[in-house]
Amino acid sequence: MDAQHITTKQRLAIPRQVMPAQPPEVRIHNFNEVHLGYTPELARQEALRCIQCKDPVCIKGCPVNIKIDQFIKMIAEGNFLGAAKKIKEDNVLPAICGRVCPQEDQCEKMCILAKKYESVAIGNLERFAGDYERETGHVELPSVKPSTGKHVAIIGSGPAGLSCANDLIQLGHAVTVFEALHELGGVLVYGIPEFRLPKKIVKAEIEGLKQLGVKFVTNAVAGRSITVDELLKEEGFDAVFVGVGAGLPWFMGIPGENLLGVYSANEFLTRVNLMKSYQFPENDTPVFNCKGKNVAVFGGGNTALDAVRTAKRLGAEHAYIVYRRSEAEMPARLEELHHAQKEGIEFMLLMNPVEFIGNDQQWLTGVKCIRMELGEPDDSGRRRPVPIPDSDFILPIDMAIISIGNGSNPLIKQTTPDIEVSKRDTIVVDVNTMATSKDNVYAGGDIVTGGATVILAMGAGRTAAVAINEKLMGIDAD
Amino acid sequence: MYRIVSALFLAENIKKIEIEAPRIAKKRKAGQFVMIRVGESGERIPLTIAGSDPEKGTITIIVQGMGKSTKELNSKEAGDTISDVVGPLGAPSHIEKFGTAVSVGGGVGTAIAYPTAVALKEAGNYVITINGARSKDLVILEKEMTAVSDEAYITTDDGSYGFHGFVTQKLQELIDSGRTIDYVLAIGPIPMMRAIAEVTRPYKIKTVVSLNPIMVDGTGMCGGCRVSVDNQIKFACVDGPEFDAHLVDFKNLSDRNKIYQTEEKQSSESWLHECKLLKTV
Repeated sequence: MDAQHITTKQRLAIPRQVMPAQPPEVRIHNFNEVHLGYTPELARQEALRCIQCKDPVCIKGCPVNIKIDQFIKMIAEGNFLGAAKKIKEDNVLPAICGRVCPQEDQCEKMCILAKKYESVAIGNLERFAGDYERETGHVELPSVKPSTGKHVAIIGSGPAGLSCANDLIQLGHAVTVFEALHELGGVLVYGIPEFRLPKKIVKAEIEGLKQLGVKFVTNAVAGRSITVDELLKEEGFDAVFVGVGAGLPWFMGIPGENLLGVYSANEFLTRVNLMKSYQFPENDTPVFNCKGKNVAVFGGGNTALDAVRTAKRLGAEHAYIVYRRSEAEMPARLEELHHAQKEGIEFMLLMNPVEFIGNDQQWLTGVKCIRMELGEPDDSGRRRPVPIPDSDFILPIDMAIISIGNGSNPLIKQTTPDIEVSKRDTIVVDVNTMATSKDNVYAGGDIVTGGATVILAMGAGRTAAVAINEKLMGIDAD
Repeated sequence: MYRIVSALFLAENIKKIEIEAPRIAKKRKAGQFVMIRVGESGERIPLTIAGSDPEKGTITIIVQGMGKSTKELNSKEAGDTISDVVGPLGAPSHIEKFGTAVSVGGGVGTAIAYPTAVALKEAGNYVITINGARSKDLVILEKEMTAVSDEAYITTDDGSYGFHGFVTQKLQELIDSGRTIDYVLAIGPIPMMRAIAEVTRPYKIKTVVSLNPIMVDGTGMCGGCRVSVDNQIKFACVDGPEFDAHLVDFKNLSDRNKIYQTEEKQSSESWLHECKLLKTV
């Protein structure tokens, strides 16, 4: 069937194309990506399923309003490079977002087909277009406007910072990105594991920005190596975008949390992803040896699933998710949840840890949990878990990973007191411009929203770029 | 890449290394540290900044070869480069005019205490320094410490130089002599810091220690460096590294620093093996 001569009925008859993946029994022994990507044939077949609605509601579900109907039509016609270009008008990182966006809660949730059939696999198609362009060596650098003579500093090289840098450099501003770690990419490299987002993809995207002229400075910690005021007053920047991400990991405040073998998800994932401790001793950074051990991850978000699946790949005998609500309330992506289930992750639902137990050398040996039941809905709209009296039991574990979220990075607040922060220490912004209370300083991503998604951070970076450009060029926003 | 400007052994296994890092040199304050990654496959290790030359754009660190990373760092010479230096990290030392301030350094801890001793002197304190080493050949920074001290004492465990005994005994002697001591800074091995805390506790002398937990990022992101202070979780990299000695759970710190004992031994041995192989070639 070709894209010109196909009836809606024929389109609807095509089943949703499954993306080939490594079988679970194979992938739990490696860190390679789970999904292998659509072939061009599969991609065209999937693209043909899109009925090209007159009013494409999927776009309303996308935080950055990618022209979904248009790029899918191009894929159906075999114009893969055109599709990639079309996506990039709104989203500079298609290969990344195609992989890590929660499409089932965004564009694919709105897809009209979802009501009666399965939604079009928009995320898979986005990923295909991004990969095709990169793998065939056809990434075209966008044109850059003549220099405006303005300089913008971006703090943090995560998704918010990268998208902001991309837009600003194209508008002709000089852009310097400051990164605290020794590698660029923020959460894309220290947080999200290789099996979900290969690092070479992040590297390629950053390489593209370098070619456009974006300058990157690693090992520069905002608030310590450089402060916002120094950037504005001493280093000659006209505006600053703060995209430093989330900060200090939360712990649960239960006894035994400082025992040996208790980690935050941030530490565990940073050791494995950024420091590559899964290749110890070739790499110097060690991590708890999971081989043959029982590992429990506490939490129900994407980070918790990343951590537990990483532990499984490091050889854990039993890898548990311990979560105090039921599966329906888990904030993790459904797709990741299914992957985890197939990989043999054991779900201990409606259970809450109350105490970690250790031996005389202070190594963790178990966790005392209490069973929960669901009561009335709480502020989040999810049913509140309530402990069942006298239901406690001990789960023997050797390693615990706490993944219940993060607080805010304290360094900006400590060193730039005139940036207004909320009670939770997140930076307060005008959501239309991402402007903070401090003149010429903008912010976006997790430092504003608290722990959220890559695409929301990217959207914030782009909103800020528009506002920064208007401010610097004296354009009246009204 | 960061260039090493000079490198010099102060004692066996303890090296003073000056590194080009202009931004850090300009900003660092007493008590702050840097994270260093020696090579591309290296781990990130925290090291206190012992001094800096803002004009020259360099910082100085004093490193004792303990595990693979520190031994590898100590094998570097002037002109060599290291992959990453990031800082200055941690909250600076709280400096004020306390009155009589005693700085106690144990082993390489002396180097970490030095910049704070300088700052205490500059703030107008009467500075007494007590620096301990196992024996005479391991005494470091004697000249520098004497220069910033109103009174300087060296102690050696074997009595080969200065006061024969531990730094705690010397401090106790000072207290027993009836002198008023308003502030004590103690930096060194955990058992030493813990013992100093017990010496000053009965007299309620304000005592500060600089803690050295295992870190990964050093910027408040991973939580690996958490320590228990007054039964609360604190992050040494952003809340510290200096804390009230009388509130620190030293046992937990000491236990947690042993997490990677097996792996550290493995790395260290393979590093020494590699070095031997290189020498025979």
